[in-house]
Amino acid sequence: MFTHYIFIFLTILALFSAVMVIASKKPIHSVLFLTLTFFCIAGHYILLNAQFLAVVHVIVYAGAIMVLFLFTVMLLNLNKEERSPKPLWVKIIAFVAGCMLALVLVGVFRGYDIKVATDPAITQIGLVKNLGKILYSEYLLPFEISSVLFLTAMVGATLLGKKEQI
Amino acid sequence: MAIIIIYKILLAAFILVMSLVVAMYSTLVERKVAGWFQDRHGPNRAGPWGLLQPLSDGIKLFFKEEFMPNSADKFLYILGPSLTMFIALLTSAVIPWGPEIEIAGMKYSLQVADINIGILYIFAILSIGVYGIMIGGWASNNKYALLGAVRASSQMISYELAMSLAIIAIVMMTGSLSMSEIVRQQQGFHWNIFYQPLGFLIFLICAFAETNRAPFDLPECETELVGGYHTEYSSMKLGFYLFAEYINMFISGAVMATLFLGGYHFPGLDKLGLSPNVFAFVSFMVFFTKITLFGFLFMWVRWTLPRFRYDQLMRLGWKNLIPMAILNVVVTGIVILINL
Repeated sequence: MFTHYIFIFLTILALFSAVMVIASKKPIHSVLFLTLTFFCIAGHYILLNAQFLAVVHVIVYAGAIMVLFLFTVMLLNLNKEERSPKPLWVKIIAFVAGCMLALVLVGVFRGYDIKVATDPAITQIGLVKNLGKILYSEYLLPFEISSVLFLTAMVGATLLGKKEQI
Repeated sequence: MAIIIIYKILLAAFILVMSLVVAMYSTLVERKVAGWFQDRHGPNRAGPWGLLQPLSDGIKLFFKEEFMPNSADKFLYILGPSLTMFIALLTSAVIPWGPEIEIAGMKYSLQVADINIGILYIFAILSIGVYGIMIGGWASNNKYALLGAVRASSQMISYELAMSLAIIAIVMMTGSLSMSEIVRQQQGFHWNIFYQPLGFLIFLICAFAETNRAPFDLPECETELVGGYHTEYSSMKLGFYLFAEYINMFISGAVMATLFLGGYHFPGLDKLGLSPNVFAFVSFMVFFTKITLFGFLFMWVRWTLPRFRYDQLMRLGWKNLIPMAILNVVVTGIVILINL
């Protein structure tokens, strides 16, 4: 199966770049690896026959959010090697917290039988037509409320960004 | 199945070569047009009418010394121009270049990928197009390059919004996100430009900004920034940046012709009774002519209008184009509602 090989390739690449986000020394490399991770996830969406989700994922995450990240990192120029090493107790706490998060994540899969949802080749819900119909009929209220939420966030950001007092 | 894959690969290779050749000769045409506008000859030494000029320019770029700044991030420095070139070539996959052709009784579409979200695919490519410039500008470790990259990215992000809103009006009219469906509905003389003149104008202005062409070429504004994001580049890496601009011009002309000028349709052409393959060829030539007209428009504007100031650019984008585009969407919605 050709799609099977693509799936394996994308998964390995996604995991590798996700690890490299935290492993790479330069912040700008981290941002670029995160972008690569997002592209791999978009590829997974396409394999699940969810084209709309894949493209929107690329537009929103890779195209908008990560560009802003890149922007910020470039302008702050965090590249200087003057970061002092963190004290030991911070490292220990970070390690314990990380282990606990890993425990929770593994715990989710315990006692949960993993089902294969539907054959991705058959399910059509990810196509833009079906998704739009469901969003605008069954889930109209949550959809509208979330768009109002976005509008509020935009107005709030503009208000915070304004220099003079209102 | 195998034969379709082979056909698609051949088609993609053909489109790739065509984009490169067109971009190559656009450089010559640009200089000829500039010469014409400024009442001089333009390049005419290499070959008849300077036809070999692009070739010699290319050879020169390949043999120039490769220079890399000492403090540059080596990998990203090379990644920048490569990514710009790669992303510039991606868009052509969803453009319908002509009607179906017939080979040995089988019908083949002249579109590499007829995906049902073609327009969203173009949005996606648009939104990642800024990476090449940003990475290249940052990796050169030069303040002018960084400033150029920051300018380019904020400009592209700002104009992307108005551009997308202009397309949304088209999508509302067509009821489809597929490029081939949009072209099909413009058959005859039902071109979208007559129904969406404001949308076309907004899209055209944004296309100039997205391709970083004059009057919006602030990212490479030589009077302020030396050379902008490609200040530190030399040899073919610089060539890639310059070349990608011409490819972007060609592709955005193709997108505009597809969305607003009826793609490969020309009124009366389908009534001439041509055989399918001849019809496909003539349609393709019609489409190509439309793209060429847009290419000429790009050059015409470049050699006519002075450059914008940066605050003017931002004001035009955010305070004029986006409200106009939203108004366009609302009016289109009302008209559709009444006509139902």
